[in-house]
Amino acid sequence: MSDHGIGAGRYVGQAVQRKEDPRLLTGHGRYVDDVTVPRMLHAAFVRSDLAAATIRSIDVSEALALDGVVAVLTGHDLNGIAGSMQPSMNVENSPFPCAPLRPLAVTDVRFVGDPVALVVAESRAVAEDAAELVFVDYEPTPAVATIEAALADGAPLVHPEFGTNVPVDFPMPADPEVEALFASAAHVVEHRIVQHRYNPVPMEPRGVIAGYDNVTGELDVWLSTQGPHEARLTFSRLTGVPEQHVRVRMGDVGGGFGQKFFTGHDEQVVVLAAKHLGRAIKWIEDRRENLLAATHSRSDLADVALALDADGRILAAKFDHVEDAGAFPVGGLGGVGPFVSMLFPGPYRIPKIWWRSRIVCTNTCGRGAYRGPWMFETTAREEILDVAARAVGIDPREIRRINVVADDDQPYNTATGMMFERVTPATTLEHATQVIDYDGFRATQAAAFAEGRLLGIGIGLYIEPTSSPAGSLGVEAAKVRLEPGGSVTVFLGTAAHGQSIETTMAQVVAEHLGVPYEQVAVIQGDTDRTPFGGGTGGSRTAVIAGNATRLAAQRVREKVVEVAAHLLEAAPEDLEVADGRVAVRGTPSRAVTLAEVATAVHNVGGVAVDVPRVLEATGRYETQGMTWSNACHVCTVEVDRVTGQVTIGRYVVSEDCGRMINPMVVEGQVQGGVAQGVGGVLYEHFVYDDDGNPLTTTFLDYLLPTAVEVPRVEIDHVVTDGGNPSGVKGMGEGGAIGSVPAVFNAVADALSLVGATVLDQPLTPLRVVEALEAAGA
Amino acid sequence: MSEHDVRLTVNGARQRGRVESRTNLADFLREDLGLTGTHLACEHGVCGACTVLVDGRAVRACLMLAVQADGTEVTTVEGIAAPDGTLSPVQQAFMECHGLQCGFCTPGFVVTVTAFLEANPDPTEAEIREGIAGNLCRCTGYQGIVEAVKLAATRLREGVDA
Ligand code: FES
Ligand code: FES
Repeated sequence: MSDHGIGAGRYVGQAVQRKEDPRLLTGHGRYVDDVTVPRMLHAAFVRSDLAAATIRSIDVSEALALDGVVAVLTGHDLNGIAGSMQPSMNVENSPFPCAPLRPLAVTDVRFVGDPVALVVAESRAVAEDAAELVFVDYEPTPAVATIEAALADGAPLVHPEFGTNVPVDFPMPADPEVEALFASAAHVVEHRIVQHRYNPVPMEPRGVIAGYDNVTGELDVWLSTQGPHEARLTFSRLTGVPEQHVRVRMGDVGGGFGQKFFTGHDEQVVVLAAKHLGRAIKWIEDRRENLLAATHSRSDLADVALALDADGRILAAKFDHVEDAGAFPVGGLGGVGPFVSMLFPGPYRIPKIWWRSRIVCTNTCGRGAYRGPWMFETTAREEILDVAARAVGIDPREIRRINVVADDDQPYNTATGMMFERVTPATTLEHATQVIDYDGFRATQAAAFAEGRLLGIGIGLYIEPTSSPAGSLGVEAAKVRLEPGGSVTVFLGTAAHGQSIETTMAQVVAEHLGVPYEQVAVIQGDTDRTPFGGGTGGSRTAVIAGNATRLAAQRVREKVVEVAAHLLEAAPEDLEVADGRVAVRGTPSRAVTLAEVATAVHNVGGVAVDVPRVLEATGRYETQGMTWSNACHVCTVEVDRVTGQVTIGRYVVSEDCGRMINPMVVEGQVQGGVAQGVGGVLYEHFVYDDDGNPLTTTFLDYLLPTAVEVPRVEIDHVVTDGGNPSGVKGMGEGGAIGSVPAVFNAVADALSLVGATVLDQPLTPLRVVEALEAAGA
Repeated sequence: MSEHDVRLTVNGARQRGRVESRTNLADFLREDLGLTGTHLACEHGVCGACTVLVDGRAVRACLMLAVQADGTEVTTVEGIAAPDGTLSPVQQAFMECHGLQCGFCTPGFVVTVTAFLEANPDPTEAEIREGIAGNLCRCTGYQGIVEAVKLAATRLREGVDA
């Protein structure tokens, strides 16, 4: 079923250069902090420095007295006028309870960073000065900073409103068949697998400018976001300003990785303050706030068990998962919880599984989406597989070969109710291990070990759910318009923040309308100009927006052909459109340009009344279920036995994201995702002490990988039709998924040479040294 | 807060301003001069997004006070391309090698790499990686950036117009 022969088009499938680049390379991008609006004020938050405390009083008098301060707002000013702060997905019918959100803490605070007041002033500097002069009298109360502490008997409650720290507990009933398989299996492995807390960290922190006009009733917002339309709905519900009077715009956005997908808490507070004061307010988050209070991610654990037969064939699995939602998760509680368990089988035949999914609240920053929000399933599965391989006594590649879902198995229904088709995990496993010369590496590893050096190799194999059919996220519309001069404008509800959508969607239009790429411009990020759309995230743009765009372009082309047929006195079926010209097939001299077509349409008497006279069309695409892409990551490492330092050697990805619109963009997404996974496993860790005090709120403590640490990624493409008109699959998140177990397993493989084991991340030099010492190596 | 007059040359144009002593060079460039190409991603000297050239040397504009720049010659990312908008060889190579995605780190990289290649016109890959290790990018995984530096170095050495 794998088809490597899907040909590229004239534009689609080509590594065309990006339309975004000239402005971004010359300093002419426009990010939210680059925007200035008349009479704009500036805001700074006063945030809790305790993880849990009762508020006795808040004294704003000194702050208010400072020159240049316009207002110091507390919950007493804003909470009573706030509508719902939940994103659309959680407003109605959500099976999960919503955290008790409020704009500003009034009675008590629930994490370090919890906003207590908002200072609004003539300048940012004055706002920050005044924020220091707001005095909050706290009575500290006990906090829970970890999953274990939150689950403990008699633990203090993060949200007394819930009456529990476990607002979501989704257990399957005990399954006697699973128990029987475990009881009789030749091998059983079980481990607690922990993934530590690490964060999206876009280079551009969050930011907003909100202005409200008391006379017109218009709320005008500039936002660093992944979804302006969702933000508009949120702001409308929050402020009570009707949707049609809310405009949300974004310019360039400096990365999001999920953090800006749902509208954040703090942005909502600023919007509410602008409505309240009737003034425009700018708030630009600083790095400390971004690390402390934007969103946190990962932070999962699971007790995982596999039952295997004597050859290493998986018979059954157990997956008892707990996800840390922090205090106020952004995007709703339970956004991914049970989905993690449902995806746990991944690309393997696991006939029987028991799972349980719990979500706990802790007195920490709220969880938010991060590139593959559910990816703990891959971490847990791929890591336990290597443990199982060692227990059975076979190579980690072999255990995957034995259990992988083959082409002939598809469509394949997992024991958790997922249906996989058009995926190629077996092929990518073979390709990736061939490219890296897996067998050759084993020989190198043995030779190095003979000299006392520890080399290792690790595999991460996964299936990535993309373009999910979840509510408004499963639909996208695109509008394409032929302009009078023959150029083309595309209006999309997407919200690019690095994904090259101006480029890729222009490629799609150029291909399907028949115009030069240079003549196509893509407009996004303005709710007044673009069709409603769910935003850019969830690896949904290529499939959903891409097919909508394709359809719109085809419809405009049909109209163009009809008009041209009239102008050329030819039959529509004899015409072809290319390079911005419509010509009679076989007689290229009989042709009109698209400008001539547009001119005819836009002028009185240019065309007969019965031909279409609007050169504009909207396409809508609704995803037909999940589109699955897949990849295999393999990497090699060397572990320094003295320092515990891990150095990555080679890194190979074999991936299948269907037909590619722009291979350069695809590879950039893979490389960027891998860097984030490498950072997560080896360096990045947001640390709290036991009382919930954050310890890593600068880039000196929260370590992002640099060019020295991130490996070169070698990429192999397997191309299988995606099963939609364009044949594409989403792929934006996978790099950050497969990389985590690939790096982890490589280190574990190296350590296994001397009998040392690691089960927790991050693999800091200290943890590696401790593992070596524990093994006496 | 005391205020000071500063005079400096920015991208070839003479500028003067009055700044508080605590105003850093990045804020002065962005807010007083409207040169918003210089970005702030950490404001504590780690990420390199705010890198500008001061008298030809790459400097973190978030760590330098505007008053310290008095009398200097500053080049920001807006001053790297030709006046007609033609990209510099470094910028052109970033475009061809997909050395940027969201573009937020890009001004800092363009300025850093411009200075780096002047000091080391024929770097090895390891030297390139070391040379840009003071700049953080969260999107690209650095691969396109490293390729861009190689390409720009080759073209600059060969004197080939970008
Ligand atoms: S903003 Fe200056 S180094 Fe990060
Ligand atoms: S391109 Fe986005 S941070 Fe570098």
